[in-house]
Amino acid sequence: MSAFGHQRLAVLSLCLAVWLLARQAPATELPAPERRSGYDFMSRETRAMQDDDTANPGMLWVKDGEALWNTKAGEASLACSDCHGDARVSMKGVAARYPAIDAALARPVTLEQRINICRTGQQKAPAFALEGANLLALSAYLGRQSRGLPIEVVIDEHGKPFFEAGREIFYRRQGQLNLSCAECHEDHWDKRLAGNPVTQANPTGYPLYRLEWQGLGSLERRLRNCLAGTRTQVYDFGSPEFVDLELFLMWRARGMKIETPAVRP
Amino acid sequence: MARALIMVPATARRGEIVEIKATVAHPMESGFRHTQLGTLIPRDIVTQFVCTYNGVEVFSAEFFPAISANPFISFSTVATESGTLVFNWIGDNGFSVTESAAISVS
Repeated sequence: MSAFGHQRLAVLSLCLAVWLLARQAPATELPAPERRSGYDFMSRETRAMQDDDTANPGMLWVKDGEALWNTKAGEASLACSDCHGDARVSMKGVAARYPAIDAALARPVTLEQRINICRTGQQKAPAFALEGANLLALSAYLGRQSRGLPIEVVIDEHGKPFFEAGREIFYRRQGQLNLSCAECHEDHWDKRLAGNPVTQANPTGYPLYRLEWQGLGSLERRLRNCLAGTRTQVYDFGSPEFVDLELFLMWRARGMKIETPAVRP
Repeated sequence: MARALIMVPATARRGEIVEIKATVAHPMESGFRHTQLGTLIPRDIVTQFVCTYNGVEVFSAEFFPAISANPFISFSTVATESGTLVFNWIGDNGFSVTESAAISVS
């Protein structure tokens, strides 16, 4: 090989090394004081909409959820309130702890799945459709009872493998665009994508009213948006991958205050 | 199921200007969208909103396809006497929702 060839190879290798380093710079977890909710990235008008319960359209679902909480259902003819009493007392802080390990399934479940477990197990009623109006309403109502409380998911030895699986999904490059969640939401959260803030992906207000959706949606619906945007095969609602990822995301946002039902642009 | 959210101050002084807020649950399908298969999704919107205060109309509005889902309306009226405010939304396909709220004027 000629001297020129060697030189060219060296330059090429250097370029490749720099590119690889830049591409693989490890995303570091943000320290607690720097964690920001999507709320901080919103316009004044959208914030006002979220803050005022009479202007927040998510409250329509909360009101529906309250009605469902007190409605008898299933063969057992039980309402949620028959066992759990007043949700404003019994459900305070519950949403802030989900996803949580279900002993019988020996894996984490989301609040939505927990509601359906109760529904099929205790009320002997058919499970609500995931992402359907009823399940969204009940989870919004339960989430509302934790508003203002800090997120505190528990990662014990049972939850650890699922948590690690969720972390792995967050940092794994996937899809045709070959992007990981972290590349946008940890490395570039202070930038914009097509004019919109990228944000840090702290799931503080789910289920939330998204103006783009003209309706309420769960964290999984939002995650499916992101996956489709990076041209990744989307997971099904309630799939174990989503639950693991949600567990990791909630842990990542630990200590931040629940805003359910939040409003997002 | 809850179909509307109403905010009316429970009490007011006579002659006071009070702010009233009302949201109704409605998809406000514009009639201009198509499904993925190309068929037109028929229009389904709220067309009219009326608020009466002890039977007297104090506010009304016409709605059009460009208005968002779950339309929110905020307006003010003068608290003249104790009584009831009745809110009525009318729309396509026989849509009709009526809600009321009491106000006590001293």
